[in-house]
Parts: sequence; structure tokens; C-alpha cells
Amino acid sequence: MKLTQGTFSFLPDLTDEEIRAQIEYALGQGWSCSVEHTDEPHPRNVYWEMFGLPMFDLKDAAGVLAEVRRCRETFPGHYIKLNAFDATHGFESLRLSFIVHRPRDEARFGLVREEASGRTLRYTTYERRRP
Amino acid sequence: MSAVDLSAVLGQTRVEEVLDQLERELVGLAPVKRRIREIAAYLVVSRARRSLGLESAPPSLHMSFTGNPGTGKTTVALRMADVLHRLGYLRKGHLVAVTRDDLVGQYIGHTAPKTREVLKRAMGGVLFIDEAYYLYRPENERDYGQEAIEILLQAMENQRDDLVVILAGYRDRMETFFRSNPGMSSRIAHHIDFPDYTGDELAAIARGMLERANYRFDAEAEEAFAQYIALRMKRQHFANARSIRNALERARLRQASRLFAQARGSAPTPAEALMTIAAEDIRASRVFQ
Repeated sequence: MKLTQGTFSFLPDLTDEEIRAQIEYALGQGWSCSVEHTDEPHPRNVYWEMFGLPMFDLKDAAGVLAEVRRCRETFPGHYIKLNAFDATHGFESLRLSFIVHRPRDEARFGLVREEASGRTLRYTTYERRRP
Repeated sequence: MSAVDLSAVLGQTRVEEVLDQLERELVGLAPVKRRIREIAAYLVVSRARRSLGLESAPPSLHMSFTGNPGTGKTTVALRMADVLHRLGYLRKGHLVAVTRDDLVGQYIGHTAPKTREVLKRAMGGVLFIDEAYYLYRPENERDYGQEAIEILLQAMENQRDDLVVILAGYRDRMETFFRSNPGMSSRIAHHIDFPDYTGDELAAIARGMLERANYRFDAEAEEAFAQYIALRMKRQHFANARSIRNALERARLRQASRLFAQARGSAPTPAEALMTIAAEDIRASRVFQ
């Protein structure tokens, strides 16, 4: 199953050229980019690992793209996403975040249904062991 | 074989404008200007050749600027970034000026991220490394400078279309640096030497600086300053245009205190007096004693 998260999740994976254009856009808006990766892509896991520090004061997308490539080389089996942070007063949060790399064997998820008191149903998503 | 209109390429890039500006605003430096024109012509031709499919790889543009302090290396590097941007070899055309401290870390594992960070900031523009020879310290074999050099070399080779590296420093020390780092030397195609300014050129630079700051010399001050330059050039730590700038800065200081002393209890000071630097402002300098 193809895992989808963040911006552009409804589109096919972006090519490097398209990623570069997105970075250019983010830098043009004055946002700072950062790269994060995880081996645990559960939708509720919001704590991905940082790959290096966020990149401030960049003028060109090549620097961010080089970092994305380096992260792919280091963690080919992880999910990698690119974030763009807007430091403007009032926003101070991510404006853009999308997956730029996924492992060959994607994560699979299962659903457990639990019957609780009074005919209540509780559902839990869990990650199934990959083959 | 089809033909290509070189003047059209040239007109499109408006690079002539920058070159003319260089010619007008920078005093002296004839060999430097000539080299920059040559490089610009080479890039236009190589662009034309690429449009005809005769060339695939972009040319290597890393440079070394050698010369004494205050001979205009940083200024020319800024213009170079502009020229390369207009010719389409740099996407952004900004200049990131660094020294050893910005590249080399303090402990193991600190240098690589630091250097890479600087490289990332310089992408799309020019990385200007002032006094580059300090990166290499042969007397200390555990110095982290070597690590920075290796990362730089890698970037200079693999990301040639992302950034241009310009190394700058004293001529003799740069030569020693290149001799002990043949890898660096072989990746730098253009060595440009900045000659010292003559007395007349320094006087012209001083006039330009004053003009831009809305000051002027009176006739005697002009003469005094010519003498000042002649004396200052013989003294130690003479840093060409930089020394001139500092001298003017001090003359402005003296002019201000002179006007201040004169202004007590007298008529209002005319604008003319505020703009004029007199001979006594210059002759009060230590150089004349």
C-alpha cells in the first residue's frame, strides 16, 4: 500500500525536478527547509528524526536537494519528508511538508476492532510486520 | 552546420553593462579587467557552442584572486558573481564571503557539517574564501582544515554548475598553498593577479570615495593628500585602497572637530564648509610627523 501524508499526498511521487521547484517556491516565500526521516511512518507518529539542522539563509534549492539526496543514501529504507517552516509572526509553523522518499517495501497497517462496554467500538491502527 | 549570432547572445545577457560599469567604477586593475573580459567572452562562446550541441559539460569557473590587501579582490568577486549570473552560469548570483573560522570546526566531527552548511548557503552563487591558505596548516597534522579542504574539493568537482569557488589571499602564500594542495590547484582554472595601485590611482580612488560620500578636497587638500599617499605608501602595513579609505575616514573626523571648534558663537556653517576637507585636516595626520 502506498503511504500518503502531507501536502500533495493525492499526487504521484514528485520527481527531483518537481521537488526542486517546490523548494524554490518555499525559499522564494522566505521559508526555511528541513529534512526528516523515520522508520515508523504510523500516521499518529509526528516525531520524525531530523536529518541535520533546519537550513536557514539558503538562496538556492541545490543545497536542500543535496541534503535530500544525502538522506536517501544514508537511509534508503526509511520514509523521508521535506518540511518548509514559515517564521513569520503569527504563523511560526510548517507551511509545506511532503514525502520525498519511501522504501521499496512500504509499511502495512492493520486495524483492530475492540468491543468496549455498552456496545462501544474502539478502533486501533497498528503497523504490521513487513515481510 | 548552423550559425549562431554571438552579439545577440551578448545583448541578451546584458553582460556588457556590468563590464562597462566595472571599467568605469574600478580604478586601475587593467590586467584584472582584461581577464574578466576574456572569461566573459569565453562563457558567451561556450554558451553558443552548447546551443549547437558542440559542448556538453559546463566549463570550470573556480578562480583564485591573489594580491596584496586592499587591491579590490572582494569588490571584483562581487562583480564576478554578477557577470556569471547574467551569463546564466549562476542561478542566483549572490556572494558568500567566508574565512577559515566559518569552515573549520573546533572538535572532531564539527568541521564537515560546518563546511557543508556554508556550501549550501553559497549554492547558486559564489563562495569567496578570504585568506584561503589558513585552511591548510602543515605544522599541525591533526588540524581540521584538511577535512574542510577535502569537502570543498568534492563540491568543486561534483557541483560545478551549482557554485563557483573563489580563493583569495597574498600571492606568495597562495602559491605555497597550491603547491601543498595539488588537488585544489588543478581544479582552479583561472588565476588572477591583482597588482598594487600606483599613487595616481590611489588619488583617483580617494576622489571617487569622497564624491560618493558628498565631500570634496579643496585645492590645497588635494596636494596635501598626494603627499600623504606618497609618504603612506612607504610605511608599514600599507593596505592600498583600504588605507586610503581609513585615511579619509580620519580626515572627516578632523574636519568635523575643526568645524565644531569654529562654530562656537559664530555665524551658521555653510553647506560648502560641511562638504570641504581642507589641507589642515590631512596635514594633522601622524604620517607627516
